[in-house]
Amino acid sequence: MSSIPVSTQVDPTWRLPHRGVVGMACLIVAESAIFLIFVVAYIYYIGKSLSGPTPAQVLELPILGTICLLSSSITVHFAVSALRKAKVREATRGVAGTILLGAIFLMMTAREWYFLIHDVGLTIKTNLFGTTFYSLVGLHATHVVVGLIMLTVAFTLLLRGRVNERHAEKLEVLSLYWHFVDGVWVVVFLVVYVLGR
Amino acid sequence: MAQSSFRVADSGLLRSPTSIFDPAGTPAKSAFGLSMLILSVTLAIFLIVAGLLLYVVIRYRQRPTDSEREPPQIYGSTQIELSWTVIPILIVVMLFLSTTRVILETEAAPKPSNALDVIVIGHQYWWEYRYPKLGVVTANELHVPVSDPAKPTPTYLSLSSADTDHSFWVPRLAGKMDLIPNRLNTMWIDPQAAGLYLGQCAQYCGVQHAKMLLRVYAQSPEDFATWVEQQKKPVVQDFSGNAAAAEGQTVFMRNACINCHAIAGTVATGRFGPDLTHLASRDTIASGPVENTPANLRQWIADPNSIKPGVLMPSMHLNDHDLDVITAYLTTLH
Amino acid sequence: MTNGHPVLEAIDQTVEARRRPRMDVVYGWVSTVDHKKIGLMYIVYALIFLVIAGLQAMLMRIQLAVPNNHFVSPQVFNRLFTMHGTTMVFFVGMPILFGFGNYLVPLMIGARDMAFPRLNAFSFWISAFGGFLLYFSHLGGDGLYGAGSAPDVGWFAYAPLTAKVFSPGHSTDYWTLAILLSGIGSTGTAVNIVTTAMCMRCRGMRLSRMPLFVWLMVVSSGIVFVAVSPLTAAQIMLTIDRYLGGHFFDTQAGGSAVLWMHFFWIFGHPEVYVLVLPAFGFVNEIIPVFSRKAIFGYPAMVAASVGIGFISLSVWAHHMFTVGMGPAGNTFFVFATMVISVPTGIKIFNWLATLWGGKIIFKVPMMFCIAFLFQFLVAGLTGIMLSAAPFNWQLSASYFVVAHFHYVLVGAILTALFGAFYYWYPKVTGRLMSEGLGQWHFWLFIVGFHLTFDFMHVPGLLGMPRRIYTYEAGRGWEWWNLIVGIGALFQTAGILCFVWNMVRSYYRGEIAGHDPWDAWTLEWSTPSPPPSYNFAVEPTVFSRRPLWDLKHPEDQDVNYE
Repeated sequence: MSSIPVSTQVDPTWRLPHRGVVGMACLIVAESAIFLIFVVAYIYYIGKSLSGPTPAQVLELPILGTICLLSSSITVHFAVSALRKAKVREATRGVAGTILLGAIFLMMTAREWYFLIHDVGLTIKTNLFGTTFYSLVGLHATHVVVGLIMLTVAFTLLLRGRVNERHAEKLEVLSLYWHFVDGVWVVVFLVVYVLGR
Repeated sequence: MAQSSFRVADSGLLRSPTSIFDPAGTPAKSAFGLSMLILSVTLAIFLIVAGLLLYVVIRYRQRPTDSEREPPQIYGSTQIELSWTVIPILIVVMLFLSTTRVILETEAAPKPSNALDVIVIGHQYWWEYRYPKLGVVTANELHVPVSDPAKPTPTYLSLSSADTDHSFWVPRLAGKMDLIPNRLNTMWIDPQAAGLYLGQCAQYCGVQHAKMLLRVYAQSPEDFATWVEQQKKPVVQDFSGNAAAAEGQTVFMRNACINCHAIAGTVATGRFGPDLTHLASRDTIASGPVENTPANLRQWIADPNSIKPGVLMPSMHLNDHDLDVITAYLTTLH
Repeated sequence: MTNGHPVLEAIDQTVEARRRPRMDVVYGWVSTVDHKKIGLMYIVYALIFLVIAGLQAMLMRIQLAVPNNHFVSPQVFNRLFTMHGTTMVFFVGMPILFGFGNYLVPLMIGARDMAFPRLNAFSFWISAFGGFLLYFSHLGGDGLYGAGSAPDVGWFAYAPLTAKVFSPGHSTDYWTLAILLSGIGSTGTAVNIVTTAMCMRCRGMRLSRMPLFVWLMVVSSGIVFVAVSPLTAAQIMLTIDRYLGGHFFDTQAGGSAVLWMHFFWIFGHPEVYVLVLPAFGFVNEIIPVFSRKAIFGYPAMVAASVGIGFISLSVWAHHMFTVGMGPAGNTFFVFATMVISVPTGIKIFNWLATLWGGKIIFKVPMMFCIAFLFQFLVAGLTGIMLSAAPFNWQLSASYFVVAHFHYVLVGAILTALFGAFYYWYPKVTGRLMSEGLGQWHFWLFIVGFHLTFDFMHVPGLLGMPRRIYTYEAGRGWEWWNLIVGIGALFQTAGILCFVWNMVRSYYRGEIAGHDPWDAWTLEWSTPSPPPSYNFAVEPTVFSRRPLWDLKHPEDQDVNYE
């Protein structure tokens, strides 16, 4: 007679993925779809503006900002592996470095936008290029801001000594988001500053 | 005024002047032929599958005489799965090839050199027609020559819109094609019998989408030529014996009417509303819903919202006298 | 039907709670993160909107019963069809199906709750707020003369009709914002469902042993990730156009109206699969139990579902055959759309094969599933008709399309939903719904459904476009519109029976016990209603039908899978 399906011994072979990683992966898929649509709109409207400045006339390759942002992926990766080995001080430094590099990227973007709006007179209203450029780059910048806020929260908790190696998975989930934001920047960079100019 | 010789198809329980199953031109006939093929295939599939379903629910229903045991548990069969995957794929391939043939027949047909060109611009809530090679501009009632299948003389329509999306659908002549601002679409029709073909706008375009009706007059080549000649004639300016019309012209030209409407040879050159140069030659006004009678015309000018609530033409707030004389003037515009 | 297993009863006995003060009860519901309570809130919320949207439909049918009618003005009619469509898709369809998913998925996989309970609650409340916003537009929508008004741009809101110049005031913005919030809620729930199914299955429940309903909720959720986001993006673009002077869909500045259509339908077509896949899930659970046989071809069903999910992302422009994409574009979408009929057909055949050789019990849940089979077959076949572009050039934007998609939404999805209600109501409340009232509900509704939606195809074939507030006499459309309206009355009567049945059975229904239907999936091993923790001890399963194994130890599924 078979008994009720109650397991009384631990089954070491029953391993399922971590919730945080799967959840973040789903969110990344959804966010990628949003970015894809903005990228499609950007590409579709290349060369179709009826007037106004063109990308080739006003855009310059954002080299410094890109290097900073992509390097911040490395720093956050170091932070996660440090935390896994319980090296809290190094993890804190990694997160701080990520925040700093991310902030520099945002400052570069702000400088570029100030130049475009103030000196060139390109706004979201000006023409199709203006509309699609500010929307796409702005959407990305918003995601950077959200990421920086989350990283700052993590940094604060790390400084207060509230974080140890048990939280490594949570930091990894945050780092996945940050890698996604960097990945999107690679696409935006290629589409806006290379393909579109 | 009204061309009483135009025959509209009858309507009855399953008959309609706008039935897709009563094609009168090549694109509609091609679509009809394809639809017959698809209807037969889907009907066959329905009879087989629904028949099986009916059989199963009767044959295998639980009966009081059944034993308590569960029936044999069958978990699946790869062979059966394959068979009902492969057969549908074959049916799909066959339908796809038939459909592609008709798509190419209609969309990739070479344009004959003697085709008539008409530019159609959709507006909220009326149709603008321009015949560039003939120098004719009109609105709401499209005249085209009948096409002889032996020597086709189709009409090619270039479609665009001045505001929102619209769609040109005269079911007996062809499938519909959308009118989209900042985009040029093309379609062709070749009515093979003289008559009046009805339709209406088929893409929701705003408040009065429902009353943006279509009237296509297919005429013999001689009648069509006569119509063209009449449309090209300048407006008669002689109002001797018709003092009301003469005064009406003055009142019209003095009012804001000229901002939206055009009458060839006068100061009225507005493009927002329909061209009125030959208004009196049309059967209907307001893009179809009412007949072109002096009473209706007067009512329309007095208060367009009483005929098409939400229409973009405002009430001009004219007094009765002005309404009478303007109506008298407009009814002279043959 | 057998009762619960005695040993299970001993472990999972729920203690009777004393009556608590009313505010405590309300606070309990408002602050809950329990997937069962959240699921029920989604369902009740959706049922309220179902009644409202149904009334909107009734008003439209009265206006269209005779030609040149003056029952409502064109402005009101245009708001009615916009609100009816928007409400039914976003505030009835999505919440009710994800509500069932919320309730059932953890129970079916032997879990205690969803992966992210607080996200679950957040998703519900933000969706609910979206629904509230949509209807607040009646007060705040600011039409041309300052009177509040609901959106009137149609549920797919084509550009440039939605531009500020053609839609002044805020009605369009209420539409945009309401759906945006609902989309965030749907995405959150989808994240929860996928994560729960991937990470919280009980021991032994490999993916190949997951109930088909869970599979279908996972595929549905996957589609949500990829499909809802394009609509979110398009709505952000529309709002940038309307408020920041952007030109995404501004045809005067070189923008493209067709781009909106592409973005909308990249969402809109997969969306209908998001709605229909859970309905398939219901049928996958109910048909085997009431034929007393395992589902035929479980692996094929999984493959077909996943296949449908992927292919659904590639067919969207069959809504745009009349836009002038050219022969190449049209041909591609004809092909993709016809191809999707293959996995869909496989599912129908597998259901047939499950019934074949079984012992079919005609209780109300099964009757609705059989009606589903007939009706979904017809809906699929009219879909094949519409997939042939030249035929589509005649039929698109006509009442034939309206009939087709209502056949899917009402004839397939709502019908399967009714079956699901009767099937799982005993689990949720502990009491069975009345079979007698259920029969009345079934027959009234089916007669009404067929009167309305069978005959609705005809005006489309006779040239009647959709979204018109009235029509000319003499087009041959009059009688058909009248019959369609009469069917709506029967459907209303059926739904009234349904609502009465649910209310009455809550107080006077027969006590159900654990397992009133002698079913085989894990949710039937818990008491009815389940305790808040679902399972006292995490179950271990060895096959797709753990309770079959328990009840038939001499012939377990394990031996055959």
